[in-house]
Amino acid sequence: MAFPKELKYTADHEWVKLSEDGKTATIGLTNYAQEQLGDIVFIDLPEEGDDIEIEDSFADVESVKSVSEVYSPVTGEISKVNEDLDDAPEKVNEAPYEAWIVEITNISEITDELLDAEGYEKLVEEEA
Amino acid sequence: MELKTPLYEQHVQLGGKMVSFGGYLLPVTYKPTSLIIEHEAVRNEAGLFDVSHMGSIFLEGKDALENVQNLLSNDFSTMEVGQVKYTLMCNEAGGIVDDFIVYKYNDEKFMLVVNAANREKDANWIKQHLTGDCLMNDQSDAIAILALQGPLSEKILKKLMKEEDIPAKFYTFLENRSLDGVSVDISQTGYTGELGFEIYFKNEDATTVWNKLLEAGKEEGLIPCGLGARDTLRLEAGLPLYGNELTDEITPLEAKLKFATKLKKDHFIGKDALVEKGEPTRTRIGAKVTGKGIVREHAPIFSGEEEVGISTSGSHSPTLGYPIASLLIDKAYAEPGTQLEAEVRGRRIPIEVVKLPFYKREK
Repeated sequence: MAFPKELKYTADHEWVKLSEDGKTATIGLTNYAQEQLGDIVFIDLPEEGDDIEIEDSFADVESVKSVSEVYSPVTGEISKVNEDLDDAPEKVNEAPYEAWIVEITNISEITDELLDAEGYEKLVEEEA
Repeated sequence: MELKTPLYEQHVQLGGKMVSFGGYLLPVTYKPTSLIIEHEAVRNEAGLFDVSHMGSIFLEGKDALENVQNLLSNDFSTMEVGQVKYTLMCNEAGGIVDDFIVYKYNDEKFMLVVNAANREKDANWIKQHLTGDCLMNDQSDAIAILALQGPLSEKILKKLMKEEDIPAKFYTFLENRSLDGVSVDISQTGYTGELGFEIYFKNEDATTVWNKLLEAGKEEGLIPCGLGARDTLRLEAGLPLYGNELTDEITPLEAKLKFATKLKKDHFIGKDALVEKGEPTRTRIGAKVTGKGIVREHAPIFSGEEEVGISTSGSHSPTLGYPIASLLIDKAYAEPGTQLEAEVRGRRIPIEVVKLPFYKREK
């Protein structure tokens, strides 16, 4: 299973790509998350400009079988939404590390629980 | 405690994602495929389901027919040996204790194939109401059941069985036939809306039969399928699921199961209450989700600001390519084409009432 080294991870199986200045984050679901969810058929995306706080749910991911919420690991403002996922949510299954969901900018706080690739891999091994 | 079917090890080996269902650990999907792939295999080729969690309860004795007639809503008086019939078992108030199919072996022997989650409730209910010369014999723990479903299911069976041992008609069965040397009872029945068969045999033959079928069907594209595909297939086919469309509080007439509720019969438990209640004010109907989102069970349904019912099941439909739901709603809003809304996590999603079933196979 792939755990790209350049990314950070949450215990809720999201990946987070932080900009160098730590002010912007791109967020998606990990390969393990998409495997657990199965065929993704709809993602209820937020609006650009929405303010978001750590632990807030910003999207609902519906697979054929279940629905899961995606929680924000940062406090900031939603600056971009991947609208390709409106018509093609299955991209998260096909290429989870390319199919980003949102970009959050003007970050004022980042959760202190982010994991590096190694730490996340360990977590997945424990859950599996 | 979680029970395991005799095929538990096979499921794990095949990458089954095991979940608890009706007290049993069963695969929801298998890792090398996915729910949609499994669903499509059944619609286009064939799929194999382990349904050994289902209960098989026999009623035997001189008064077996009389008891079946008293306990169940359908009419079994003219049923022939080798026939299968769908029925409800009602409580005194006309609510549904369970829904299942009944096999007639002879005038003194019937098999009831009941929902796993209801098995104990059913057995207790039946025991309480047995009269005369009739014994209940719960064989659920000794019998394994496989469902081979899909347009190519018959072709696959022919590799392992003589043609005359394969039931040619829908809702009929044959007893004690050889499936490549293993003794099985086999019916042309299923829960998917496709041509298909359900095969009953002793637990100890489970691995053998499972492997023989998968091997025989390889060329045809047969794959093992989990509970996830079973649910989306039955939803598309408009088949009710106990616990969702049917409960102790819902009557067969509300659930649109009049065909299996013979109010002209002299008597069955629940009949008086159903007659007294008269025409129901709510009904089961389908809905197509026209807005964005998935409507699952327990979503309140609105017409404007008025709450007119509830969704009882719902999912993305792999065959149709859009989300569907089944509803229990006020009859005044059940006309196909009616525009309603479902409330999902505080958000209103537009839906349109459509006829059931959502999917019907071409014959």
